[in-house]
Amino acid sequence: MQHENAETGHGLSPYITGLVLALILTAIPFALVATGLLPKPATLSAIMAAAVVQILVHLRYFLHLDLKSTPRENLLALLFAAVLIFFMVGGTFWIMVDLHHRMMM
Amino acid sequence: MNLPAVIPALPHADRAEAYEQRAFGFWLYLMSDALIFALLFATYVVMAPNTDGGPTGQTLFSLSRAFVETLLLLFSSAAFGVAAVAMAAGKKAEVLRWLLVTFILGLAFVAMEIDEFRGMVLAGAGPDRSGFLSAFFTLVGTHGLHVSAGLIWILVMIGQIAVKGLTAPVASRLSRLGLFWHFLDIVWVGIFSVVYLPGVM
Repeated sequence: MQHENAETGHGLSPYITGLVLALILTAIPFALVATGLLPKPATLSAIMAAAVVQILVHLRYFLHLDLKSTPRENLLALLFAAVLIFFMVGGTFWIMVDLHHRMMM
Repeated sequence: MNLPAVIPALPHADRAEAYEQRAFGFWLYLMSDALIFALLFATYVVMAPNTDGGPTGQTLFSLSRAFVETLLLLFSSAAFGVAAVAMAAGKKAEVLRWLLVTFILGLAFVAMEIDEFRGMVLAGAGPDRSGFLSAFFTLVGTHGLHVSAGLIWILVMIGQIAVKGLTAPVASRLSRLGLFWHFLDIVWVGIFSVVYLPGVM
């Protein structure tokens, strides 16, 4: 497209790709839960895997993040947030699961 | 957002830099928002088993409702993408049309959520019923409030585009609204994957 500018710099195609991938990655976990095809732990793993991939799809095709054109500081901020989330959410589970065991609940 | 009068007075290069800084500043806000949601998710997962003998996700959540809500938000996100492309091409009428589509889909999402919350509260499954429900309403409600704020922002941008046209400040604001709107769809992916799907199993 001739009018692509630095602001968006994209035509329609990334949005279509993102939409199709997101629909597939939504349909899979909903179908697994609706049909009960797999045992529960396997279904839960599939849900989480589909969610992680779908979030990456959104970041790539809707938010247009990539390693080349996205400003470095934006990626660093995202990485920093991911590290904080890892420690705070991981730490929360660690403490609460440990507490749960010690309380013999 | 609150310095529109200053920006146009700057030379073009400085103006572009100012917009870039705003985009980065907004990105930092989104990252802090992501932290809030991450901790609400952690709280929900810890609290989810604490139903106090009350209703559980299995009886409260509807798979089909969650699926329709997911589709509404996803198509709304994609519709915003079409508006952004039209924006880059300078097609004002098309931008307005697709922003309206984005708004209607988002409004339908919020309406479904309010209806769900209302039904739950009337059935005695309000946020005061159990730890599980407190965490549920806090997490999903915080997301719903964000979407509602986004809806107001979309209306404001429709007004600005209609009145001011596709000027540089308006385009800059619209790009930040896009970041916000797509970000909220990402949070929703987390919500249906952590709350609704495991809840109905």
